Amino acid sequence: MTEQVGTAEPGFGTAARPQMRPPGLRGMLVDWASDQRAFKNVSWMKAMMWIFLLSDTFIFSCFLLSYMTVRMSTTVPWPNPSEVFALHIGGQNVPLILIAIMTFILISSSGTMAMAVNFGYRRDRTKTALLMLLTALFGATFVGMQAFEWTKLITEGVRPWENPWGAAQFGSSFFMITGFHGTHVTFGVIFLLIIARKVLRGDFDHERRGYFTSRKGNYEIVEVMGLYWHFVDLVWVFIFAFFYLW
Amino acid sequence: MVDISRDAADLVPPAEVPDVELYHAHSWITKYVFCQDAKVIAIQYSVTALAIGFVALVLSWLMRLQLGYPGAFSFIDAEHYYQFITMHGMIMVIYLITAIFLGGFGNYLIPLMLGARDMVFPYVNMLSYWVYLLAVIVLVASYFVPGGPTGAGWTLYPPQVILSGTAGYDWGIILMLVSLILFIIGFTMGGLNYVVTTLQARTRGMTLMRMPLTVWGIFTATVLALLAFPALFVACVMLLFDRLLGTSFFMPALVEMGQHLSYRGGSPILFQHLFWFFGHPEVYIVALPAFGIVSDLISTHARKNIFGYRMMVWAIVAIGALSFIVWAHHMYVSGMHPWFGFFFATSTLIIAIPTAIKVYNWVLTLWKGDIHLTVPMLFALGFIVTFVNGGLTGLFLGNVVVDVPLSDTMFVVAHFHMVMGVAPILVIFGAIYHWYPKITGRMLDDTMGKIHFWVTFIGAYAIYFPMHYLGLMGVPRRYFELGEMAFVPPSAVTLNEFITIAALIVGAAQVLFVYNLIVSLYRGKEAGGNPWHATTLEWQTPETPPGHGNWGKELPVVHRWAYDYSVPGAPRDFVPQNQPTLTPAT
Repeated sequence: MTEQVGTAEPGFGTAARPQMRPPGLRGMLVDWASDQRAFKNVSWMKAMMWIFLLSDTFIFSCFLLSYMTVRMSTTVPWPNPSEVFALHIGGQNVPLILIAIMTFILISSSGTMAMAVNFGYRRDRTKTALLMLLTALFGATFVGMQAFEWTKLITEGVRPWENPWGAAQFGSSFFMITGFHGTHVTFGVIFLLIIARKVLRGDFDHERRGYFTSRKGNYEIVEVMGLYWHFVDLVWVFIFAFFYLW
Repeated sequence: MVDISRDAADLVPPAEVPDVELYHAHSWITKYVFCQDAKVIAIQYSVTALAIGFVALVLSWLMRLQLGYPGAFSFIDAEHYYQFITMHGMIMVIYLITAIFLGGFGNYLIPLMLGARDMVFPYVNMLSYWVYLLAVIVLVASYFVPGGPTGAGWTLYPPQVILSGTAGYDWGIILMLVSLILFIIGFTMGGLNYVVTTLQARTRGMTLMRMPLTVWGIFTATVLALLAFPALFVACVMLLFDRLLGTSFFMPALVEMGQHLSYRGGSPILFQHLFWFFGHPEVYIVALPAFGIVSDLISTHARKNIFGYRMMVWAIVAIGALSFIVWAHHMYVSGMHPWFGFFFATSTLIIAIPTAIKVYNWVLTLWKGDIHLTVPMLFALGFIVTFVNGGLTGLFLGNVVVDVPLSDTMFVVAHFHMVMGVAPILVIFGAIYHWYPKITGRMLDDTMGKIHFWVTFIGAYAIYFPMHYLGLMGVPRRYFELGEMAFVPPSAVTLNEFITIAALIVGAAQVLFVYNLIVSLYRGKEAGGNPWHATTLEWQTPETPPGHGNWGKELPVVHRWAYDYSVPGAPRDFVPQNQPTLTPAT
């Protein structure tokens, strides 16, 4: 692993004194009691993404808890989600059909992302980039369908401050939480496109330097991007459960 | 202590973190303005924070003028007074103390004390400062919009915060919320850097339990901030929607000036929970770095190892963890269930245990130490006194039955200014006197420093000690003027005058401090690399001030903990962390 020395993102793959490390929980303690790095073999960018996601978890938790609080404290009945989120297809109302498709697409995108990470580590530029683009396409489709859902609800009279069926907080929470999540997906799509371009161009094979940071990148960034993407998916599962199914 | 190595050079561990390529500045702009070097970013953070802090200082003068001489100043009316309160509180807590401890000292000291070349992601670190600056500009901009800044009080409680009777209803509150959101975004970029640098970019030999307590304090505070600021972020977003879109997250049905507002069904208490879930950890976000820094100041200037290093570390971690389960002690009078009050009072008082451990350990570090009453040491000692003082009144306020009558009186103002105003600010001053020689290569003027300390320290007591008595009398806080209240004797008015005069003098002493900062930059005594004979790595840099990349060709290797002062058998009364044997090699 010595060829890693001198890269801009060091440590990726450098095993740290493995002979001294006992297995399991004791091994973790040894790592934390050691010098240089607490998470051995974890690169800086991966550590940073995990900690960022922890912070972001708190943001989404606060949003969801606030939504639950206002839902419980409002004095007016809450609109029935299975009626509100129904599509009129073939002469009958199908509850939650659009959300089901959206959820399916987003979960599928997690699958393609995981495959992209795999091909990234095999240094298969084309397949990695194509799978990332496919992930981005799924993500964009999700955002597109969300835009459709928003439009439908807005034409039916749902506003952040009122709606025809009950508590005003329904629209407020809906637009805020799905909007905040949709923003996350959109940012994810943008970064997927940027990284897919870098992969395709071979930046990580030729150690091309970043435009802003002047650092060399490596294929691990695909995995770190994947962490973010899976997180956004996971958050959606909670939003789906707490907002649409409750 | 297991970790002190004696004489024999211990095994040098193999390098796991290879040397990092840094961005090298090519022009004046990338070297001093859009700079990726943590040291420059630290100075940018500190100067910006001190500058905006002076605005808050002037605001406190104006408030005191009104309270000491009600009616004497025609340009202060009730609306202005509330704007002063709001901006003073918000600037001091967030834009000054949080920013200078984490953005300032964090950026400067973490890489140097850990033997790193820079933060792990310097570009993100640079963005952090510029977003922070933008947040400050947005905040200041609220002075130049119609209606001026918001006058809702720094806690921004709905519903009054967005009712038209509150000053700054038009623009001030929007800018305040936008500024806070920007601050949180900027802080997150920096905070991720501080945490990852501490965990993953230490030099060889630098274990977590060899880190100086300064780094422990800043690190734990940053973790706290990364988990607590999300609640404020969410609260700000929702409040902004309530104000701009007319949603009712926090707004119940209201009648204003005889008219029904369109709000209905929201929960004002929800805002208080979100705010204080941020707000209480925030107390420790400013206190923990102070704890850490003061430990290092005391140990260095008393020439003695810190007493109970491991206990100090675990106390910091325990305080940090506990700070997340005490938030509702700010809400005893919000009408919450008494059982909650019981829980939160208990958890609050439990914090007194690790805090007391820290105080005892500071005092025991001083015990029989070779105490040098340098300016940083004076400030450190001042911190211990003011912090104990403020902590003791915290025991009063943490108990529900005692808090209820004292709630919203000047007692509360005295308590939190003592414990999270004066105490951390004294540490900031002490830290600036301590590290200024490293940052600039020159010493700050000693005489001016001592005058600054005594005026500030005695002045702070003159201001806040009488305030406790005002509070016990029942003098309410946040009142524009007291008017004719049966329970407020004329002596209270005289006391208020006294406090105002003291506040003006203390404020003036800060001008002397800034003068000292500027003059010493050119005329200060040459400091040399290690004027305090300190052990920690930042004093062992090959250049002073440290150059780009901090360490020249090779990263230092750490052989011992940070507190080898007055070691028996060593020729000097300090052994630097990167020195393998007790005798320096030379």
